[in-house]
Amino acid sequence: MIGRRSFLITTLMAFGFAFLYIPILSMIVYSFNESRLVTVWAGFSTKWYVELVQNEQILNAAKLSLQIAAINATGAVILGTLAGLALSRFRRFKGRTLMTGMTTAPLVMPEVITGLSLLLLFVAMEQVFGWPAGRGMTTITIAHMTFSMAYVTVVIQSRLSSLDESLEEAAMDLGAKPAKVFLLITLPIIFPAILAGWLLAFTLSWDDLVITSFVSGPGSSTLPLVIFSKVRLGVSPDINALATIMVTIVAIGIVSAGLYMQRQERRRERDIQAALAANQ
Amino acid sequence: MVNVRPETKLEPWKDPAAEPYIRIERVTKKFGDFVAVDEVSLNIYRGEIFCLLGASGCGKTTLLRMLAGFEEPTAGRISIDGADMAGIPPYQRPVNMMFQSYALFPHMSVEQNVAFGLKQDRLPKAEIRERVAAILELVRMTGFSGRKPHQLSGGQRQRVALARSLVKQPKLLLLDEPLGALDKKLREHTQFELVNIQEKLGVTFVVVTHDQEEAMTLASRIGVMDHGKIVQVGTPSDIYEYPTSRFVADFVGSVNLFQGALVEDEPDYVRVASAELERPVYVNHGVSSPPDATVWVALRPEKIVIAREPPASLEDNCAEGVVQEIAYLGDVSVYLVKLKSGRTVRVTRPNMRRQSAAFDRITWDEQVWLSWDPSSPVVVTQ
Repeated sequence: MIGRRSFLITTLMAFGFAFLYIPILSMIVYSFNESRLVTVWAGFSTKWYVELVQNEQILNAAKLSLQIAAINATGAVILGTLAGLALSRFRRFKGRTLMTGMTTAPLVMPEVITGLSLLLLFVAMEQVFGWPAGRGMTTITIAHMTFSMAYVTVVIQSRLSSLDESLEEAAMDLGAKPAKVFLLITLPIIFPAILAGWLLAFTLSWDDLVITSFVSGPGSSTLPLVIFSKVRLGVSPDINALATIMVTIVAIGIVSAGLYMQRQERRRERDIQAALAANQ
Repeated sequence: MVNVRPETKLEPWKDPAAEPYIRIERVTKKFGDFVAVDEVSLNIYRGEIFCLLGASGCGKTTLLRMLAGFEEPTAGRISIDGADMAGIPPYQRPVNMMFQSYALFPHMSVEQNVAFGLKQDRLPKAEIRERVAAILELVRMTGFSGRKPHQLSGGQRQRVALARSLVKQPKLLLLDEPLGALDKKLREHTQFELVNIQEKLGVTFVVVTHDQEEAMTLASRIGVMDHGKIVQVGTPSDIYEYPTSRFVADFVGSVNLFQGALVEDEPDYVRVASAELERPVYVNHGVSSPPDATVWVALRPEKIVIAREPPASLEDNCAEGVVQEIAYLGDVSVYLVKLKSGRTVRVTRPNMRRQSAAFDRITWDEQVWLSWDPSSPVVVTQ
């Protein structure tokens, strides 16, 4: 009975993993393909990686994407933290319900609509104020911030609402003014959430295609835009190589973060055990 | 329930010339339509341990938070040491608070937690170190200064929280259910410690608690709260022995309440007839009540004598009944005795002799007589 059940679980798990990772695995395998034809295996080679490093267009796009993602993540974290604070710490103010709805609306808004409306806004602003001049890195960054801020707000707000408010009150009671309470108590405690929000905003910006395609201009193609336009002309193996590099970086990041958190949790548990033992 | 303070003659509330340290004048706090605190007036004197006692939701914590400055009164005035506290934020009040959850900063060590308040005052580093060390010694946590809060047990956290709230030498310390999270043994021990520390430092304590035993042990005076109002203020023995209402009599300790009417109302004694008791209750002190009003006789279970033989005088202050239930609690036994009227009376009796087969104790379904001293019953009118 138990043997049959564990067999069932193993099969289900194998199917689940296969469903999720076979596409990525095949992509990684084909990135080492000798042949130009993506679907024909012709022996092992790293030539597409060499070609990739020499491809000026892709390198520039990657650099631009990194810049936008980093600026976007930083801006989104600042705005999202402020919004999260307002929503969780000021319980009663006019328009609170409206603000809750509005900050989280971009989560469910179709990207096409967000992109189109932002494009219209940028064009109108350029006509009225002369800023932002043309479409480019600035408009992409602003556009990314508008939707990734919503994600950050949700992350920060949920962390703040589980944070014991008496911690902040205790700091104030001990003589710290509100700004200092935030810097010395609230910020350090919610820092993991802020970091998570930053990474989330970074990834959202890093792989956004739809909104970016609306608000980008000539000479400001992000990596997803470049990949997408290249793929339209036929899948080329250097894209596989690029994707493999990206997957590797992400995987390393996730695994190390997981290991770190696991170690922290183990240490915390050990400390609690030690404290209990010392008490007896 | 022993009062641990040795007969200190600290009774400033009896001295009309004494200046109250905290004046709470007709303070009301509303949250929307809900009245949390309802026109409370209270004077608390320097050096007191004042306990606000009440069930959860009675407004005691709101009142404490108004003293700390976390809530502003909707109406009324609070002054501490002569200074009006209206509009003064928590970080400018001469008050520190010990939180129910202890609210220790999780990302700081014990030492950093305790030093936090002193750092806000920009004291020199050497002085901070000295004062932190001294207060940690006072609460016997010297060896733990490098630990983080999650590395401490409940009792240790409680002591760190106490040290942190005392290190700034506040004139007034507010304690919100200070011993609520501790187990019984540790709680008893800590109660005595709190009183010792309070006497050593001469701080005024205002303690919020729902635990009457805690209030009895700690307090110089207790303010019993119900539905946002203070219903009685007095020393622990006043509250227990002379409750002024059915609510207080019932909330503090357990009590038998008999509804009845005054049949004789003299300045030095009264007689109450109750349908639940066959004989009248004779009380050897006068009561102030409007004539013909309904009154209640409150009789504590430990003040009733239970015996097989009838008392000397069957005229009053006694009743006949059958033992229905016995609960053996170790130090005392609780008897539930059913009277002829159908009313059940609760009686406690100290187990002065060891229970054994040889000891012929009163048992189930026995006919017994209950009697009490004329000084024991308390007559309340509301």
